[in-house]
Amino acid sequence: MRKTLLIVVVLLAAASARADLEVLVTKGDVKARPVAVVPFGWNGDGAGAPIDVSSVISADLRRSGRFEPIAEDMMLQTPSVGANLDFDDWTILKVEAVVIGRIEQTGANAYEVQFQLFDPFQRRQLKGYRMAASRGTMRRVAHRLADMIYEELTGIQGVFATKVTYVTAERAGSDTTYRLVVADYDGQNEAVIMESKDPIMSPAWSPDSRRIAYVSFEGNRSSVFVQTLRSGNRQRVSSRPGINGAPAFSPDGRKLVLTQGGVDGNLDIYVLDITSRQTRRLTNHRAIDTEGSWSPDGRHIYFTSDRSGGPQIYRVAATGGTPERVTFEGSYNARPRLSPNGEKLAMVHNDRGNYRIAVMELASKNFLVVSTGSQDESPSFAPNSDTLIYATRRRGNGILETVSADGLIRERLTSGGTDVREPVWSPFERF
Amino acid sequence: MTFVRLTVISAAAFALAACTPQTIPDPEPEETTVGAGADSGADTYGDDSFGNTRGMAIEDDSFDGMEELATVIYFEFDSSEIGADYVGIVERHAIQLLDDASVSVRLEGHADERGSREYNIGLGERRAQAVRRLLMLQGASAGQISTVSFGEERPEAFGSDEASYSQNRRVVINYSR
Repeated sequence: MRKTLLIVVVLLAAASARADLEVLVTKGDVKARPVAVVPFGWNGDGAGAPIDVSSVISADLRRSGRFEPIAEDMMLQTPSVGANLDFDDWTILKVEAVVIGRIEQTGANAYEVQFQLFDPFQRRQLKGYRMAASRGTMRRVAHRLADMIYEELTGIQGVFATKVTYVTAERAGSDTTYRLVVADYDGQNEAVIMESKDPIMSPAWSPDSRRIAYVSFEGNRSSVFVQTLRSGNRQRVSSRPGINGAPAFSPDGRKLVLTQGGVDGNLDIYVLDITSRQTRRLTNHRAIDTEGSWSPDGRHIYFTSDRSGGPQIYRVAATGGTPERVTFEGSYNARPRLSPNGEKLAMVHNDRGNYRIAVMELASKNFLVVSTGSQDESPSFAPNSDTLIYATRRRGNGILETVSADGLIRERLTSGGTDVREPVWSPFERF
Repeated sequence: MTFVRLTVISAAAFALAACTPQTIPDPEPEETTVGAGADSGADTYGDDSFGNTRGMAIEDDSFDGMEELATVIYFEFDSSEIGADYVGIVERHAIQLLDDASVSVRLEGHADERGSREYNIGLGERRAQAVRRLLMLQGASAGQISTVSFGEERPEAFGSDEASYSQNRRVVINYSR
């Protein structure tokens, strides 16, 4: 029996109406652990710090589905230094961890943020850390502190300071505007990096998270572009006749695996050296071969092929060779994505008529359907390999959901009526 | 929306015509001629010139009549086979390409929304290639035909049901000169 719990967290109501995502947490039978994030102290100009750091940390922990931060009015004390902490005030509330901290202004646009994490039952500090920040970096610093707290309490690396990219489609009459968006993992700081009246597809992060490859249909033909985030400059790296699609970076960031079709429309997997523009053909089969994705060790390329009839996942050595079939569960498995630790394979799986996200453990071949929709697609692992993001449909619109790789904790990220699709989680690297 | 409906009706009309060629031999060119004449203005209706320039008029019809000849081919689920109803339509397009080497077409393949997006690009391309092969089989040259697959990215109907899906599994034939 699985109980479903809904927690609605409306993020930053004051933010721009169009973009920001709301987060709902739908949980399986995982019990959220009660914790306390005490409002941080402030020592500087004005009434408070530029960013409410403790609220950001609290929201991150709640959104993970693993923690339930208690309300501020429940707290019997609100210390900002360890010396003022009374463990008994927290054990009586049964909170398993207490986060305290303060922000100190050290210059016109210079701050120092510090936090301490305590276990009130063991009566000891678990972690303490201090970071410099500016007004512009303080939100990111808050996410990084939340990452440390999360990792200390769960043993799993946090992903609160990561980003996602996705495509939105906004219809107005017969016109559709497609946008390629990069945002914080929680939907904040949404930035449109490319906009077009023609479809945009298949965004992919470079391993250093500085570039994004994607497919654009501008001019009514498909091309693969690589765009540098900071400058906005982009290069058209693949524009053969017919299909140019499904790009994914190699682990060293120097190559793309992609799909080309040519004039005869025979889709095969190619490896493109981004600098030299030389391509090497990896598969040669009259079936559809597409959706190539590198294994994290760079040795294999996983891809979708319907050479057996319906689409299934295959893999081929990155240097070429004979592909071997990887999936045998059901009649439809497509869009393979490896977890960054190389242990799991996520895919779109037809589960008795419903297209859902499935995760297969590569060593044991254990196969688990982790989503519950009927049109779920585009799974992408978080850099900690513990969570996936994917697109699903709700009232005719594409929306994003995340799910823990064990299928137990699910979040829904809704945006105000915009059709959102093809989410891809960024690597850990800094931006 | 209106345009979409017209296309469908027009496709259905041709499907019917293709099924029963012997009972109603080629009724469409007549309609086309009337329609094109009415559209292009009364001044082309000179009594004398009508008979004299008949050859030219037909050649013009083959291009002006494009809106009348169905330009959308629909497909069954998970199939890139051109249905018997549509073979005749594709063959007419081939004739138009054969008649005028300066005409070219872009075949836009589409898929319904189910399943993975890039795999659906493949399914759309497979449909576009099926139309391309039939055009070439009928004598159109490869240089006159290009293909593009939009997969599920440019649906004609937006519902999540078979009625919408069947409208989205299609190849659109786009002419350019």
